[in-house]
Amino acid sequence: MKLLTANFLSCAVKSCKSSPAAFPLHFRDAELASTSVPYNPVLLTNLLPRLDWPALVTSSKELGFTLPDSKPTFPALTRPSDGGEVTPALGEEQETALRTLHRVLMETEVVEGKMVCGSCGFEYGIHQSVANFLLPSHLV
Amino acid sequence: MDADPRAERSLAPEPYEEHYVHHVYDKIASHFSATRYKPWPIVHKFLSDLSPGAVGVDIGCGNGKYLNVNTDIFIVGSDRCKHLVEIAKGHSVTQDTITSDILCPPQRSHRFDFALSIAVIHHLSSAARRIEAISSILGLLKPAGEAKALLYVWALEQKTSRRGWDEGSAQDVLVPWVLSKQFAESKKGEPHGAADAVEPIFRYYHLYKNGELEENVRSAGGRVLDSGYEKDNWWAVVEREPRSE
Repeated sequence: MKLLTANFLSCAVKSCKSSPAAFPLHFRDAELASTSVPYNPVLLTNLLPRLDWPALVTSSKELGFTLPDSKPTFPALTRPSDGGEVTPALGEEQETALRTLHRVLMETEVVEGKMVCGSCGFEYGIHQSVANFLLPSHLV
Repeated sequence: MDADPRAERSLAPEPYEEHYVHHVYDKIASHFSATRYKPWPIVHKFLSDLSPGAVGVDIGCGNGKYLNVNTDIFIVGSDRCKHLVEIAKGHSVTQDTITSDILCPPQRSHRFDFALSIAVIHHLSSAARRIEAISSILGLLKPAGEAKALLYVWALEQKTSRRGWDEGSAQDVLVPWVLSKQFAESKKGEPHGAADAVEPIFRYYHLYKNGELEENVRSAGGRVLDSGYEKDNWWAVVEREPRSE
């Protein structure tokens, strides 16, 4: 599971949905791997406004990454329909910052481990990079 | 002939779906996946028209055939069947997949720009559960005007298909899947002949009649923006009902 995905998931137990402690889920015993994902600045810069940054900082810290405390801002890049260069061009510093985000958000996979709800304590297993959110029948 | 599902309907919906849907996909995952590779045109267009950076869900993503249509968006694909999720995960490096149930989604409420649910809702075995499933999908979307979902279900009206159902046929059916030998798991120690004689496996479907999907969407608190029929299926593009405050 990607670190990016964790930003869009909370506990599957219905009574936890309204609890602030159910998001983000906390990584435990995480084994990480890096996968190669094509760098896509158009996707990243346009997706960034949709992220819950404080939650991302928390999740990243649990996996050993340090992100800036406040959300970095980038221009929303566009891809011309004629297939030309993505615009506008980023400065060197922004390019480096965006590539770091790409590495953390898109390329980091939690291969094995757990995600734990801060509200009910339920542990969701991650196995072979796939997190399992099926609940036992007494929690449905 | 399709088996008559009513014989077994003394079972509660959960164990019934466990037997006639979840268990079936677990068994047929590899074979099923090998037959599902061509994106349907309306789904393809829905995904291609989304803005870059859009974040959505594909509820019941199966083998993940829609995950790579548009790589400028991000999709969290999910399926109840672990085997299919594993296949989907291997199909896409940009997107992600998780194992989860449509009625207990771990995806955050009201956070998503779009949702897809292709050939899923018809597997729930009562009207109340189908409406609950649609309501669950709508609950993941941002407010009306900002987000929409595309839903697909199998149609009752398909007299030109090899199934031959049409208006007036039974809507709750068990449809056989004949597992080809290549994909049948032969258990250790089982004599070879037993694996050769492959029995059909039955999947439960509720076949939707004209107008029924739209009706279910309204009961679930949604609004239909567009709908139609394509190749033996009913589809609808829907959004959350705007709050009247």
